[in-house]
Order: sequence, then structure tokens, then C-alpha cells
Amino acid sequence: MIPLSNVLLLSGILFSLSVAGIFINRKNVLLLLMCIELMLLAVNFNFIAFSQYLGDLAGQVFVFFILTVAAAESAIGLAILVVLFRDRRSINVEDLDSMKG
Amino acid sequence: MIVNILFYVFGAILVAAALGVITARNPVHCALYLVVAFLNSAVIWLLLGAEFLALTLVVVYVGAVMVLWLFVVMMMDIDVEKLRQGFTRYAPLGALVALIVMAQIGIVVWVRRLGLTGAPAAVARPEGYSNTAELGHLLYTEYLYPFEVAAVILLVAIVAAITLTMRKRPGQKLQDVTKQVAVRAKDRIRIVKMDAEGGR
Repeated sequence: MIPLSNVLLLSGILFSLSVAGIFINRKNVLLLLMCIELMLLAVNFNFIAFSQYLGDLAGQVFVFFILTVAAAESAIGLAILVVLFRDRRSINVEDLDSMKG
Repeated sequence: MIVNILFYVFGAILVAAALGVITARNPVHCALYLVVAFLNSAVIWLLLGAEFLALTLVVVYVGAVMVLWLFVVMMMDIDVEKLRQGFTRYAPLGALVALIVMAQIGIVVWVRRLGLTGAPAAVARPEGYSNTAELGHLLYTEYLYPFEVAAVILLVAIVAAITLTMRKRPGQKLQDVTKQVAVRAKDRIRIVKMDAEGGR
């Protein structure tokens, strides 16, 4: 059996890599969305590791719902991105300042 | 033992693929690295005993979501060089934040141990145990209401994605459904009453 701490560390590495990805790709909306997908994957790792450790399937049910919501999120995110690209011809975060935020 | 070795091998590939996602120049390569990361995660989930979710990850994520990603990435004409400006400038900050997050998780998991004892208690699985059947049982009894909410979320996502991306271009020949439904019979046909002609 795989020790719990190893899985948690792997998911920690994955999560911190995606945090670093958000920092270094801060101009590209596409890559920001990809990093969010990676973060959700890291979170799912934790759920599955604890589900196995505690012998409780509830964690896997939660992963199921997270996958559903992540799929919906990426579909809507990509739709917004397509509309944005049609409008602006760019996906640079710095061009998206029409709301003066 | 073999399970542990496989875990380390696939974990290493997973970390390498994640590194590829955040550093590759071409967004298409990033998406392909993400596919590799998902496939390796699926293998690790299999090792952790979550068979159904592992297969779902391959079918739904690699098979559907990542294909959608690749479509969108390839449809866009992206100026990569402009988007990568500041990459080296923000790399140290990103690495620093990642190291801090990693150190915190490491302290909690490794040093403090969470009060947990290393390997999981080997839960005795009865003969013919099926992860999928158990998960389905749980999903349709205890979690039925959240399951239906998830279905509604997917429906909302479909409607949102279609309404966001649909557009009307001038000169396009489309049928106007509301107009078609509103049509009455008397707008289209005129019934003429006339006397029958007498005899032949």
C-alpha cells in the first residue's frame, strides 16, 4: 500500500507547481485556466488518498462532483475565451481592462 | 512493493508533465502535457484503488475536456511571444511562492505527521468487491440530491456555453422559429368557396 504522506506530498508538489504556473504565465488566460485544472487535480488527489486511508467512499463521491464542476467550469471558461478572442483578437490579460479594474 | 515503485515512477512523470504545462512555449504543447498529467494521475488513482474515477478521468477529461481545449487552443491565433513577456521576470517570484506552499505542506505532512501512522490500514475487501458498484450505490442513495444538482450544473454549462458563443451574422440564412410557430393557417392558404359546375 502507498503511504498516505507520499500521496499528500505528491499532490502538494502538483499544487505548488500550478501556483507557480499562475505566477509565471500571468498574461495568458488559456494557461491560467490550465493551471486551475491542475490545481483541481491536486485537490482530487487529496480526496482519493484520504478515501483510501480511511476506507470511506465519500471522498471518491466528492471527487466525482469536483470533476463535474471542473468540466462545467472549463466549458464555460473556454466559451468566454472564444467570445473574448473574437471581440479583441487577443487573450492577453493586459488587454482586458475595459472595466477599469 | 511493486505498487510503491509504480507510484514513484508515475508520480515522477506526473511532476515532469506539470512542469511542462507551466513552462512550455506553445499553448498546444501545454495542453498535450496536461493530457500526460491526467493520464498519469489516472494510473495513480488506479493504484490507490479508485478504479471508477480513474477511468472517468481518462474518458471524460482526456477524451472530452482536453479535446475541447485543443480545439479552442488551435482555433486561436495567439501571439506567443507577446504573452510570454515578463516570464523570466516573474519566474523567481513564482518559484518562491511555490517553495513556500511546498514547505508548508511538507511541514504539515512530513514533520508533524498529522498524527497518522504511515501506511493506510489495509481495509479487507470482500470477494467480488467492485469500486464502481459501491460508488454507484452511494451516489444513488445517500448522494442522490447532490448528484441531481451536478446534472443541473452540467445543463447550465451547456446552455451557457452555447448562448455565449452563438452569434448572428448578417446575410446568414437561418430559420426563425418564433416566426414559424406564430404563423396561422389563414396567412398561408385561402379557402375559396365556389359552386360546383353543373353536370358534364
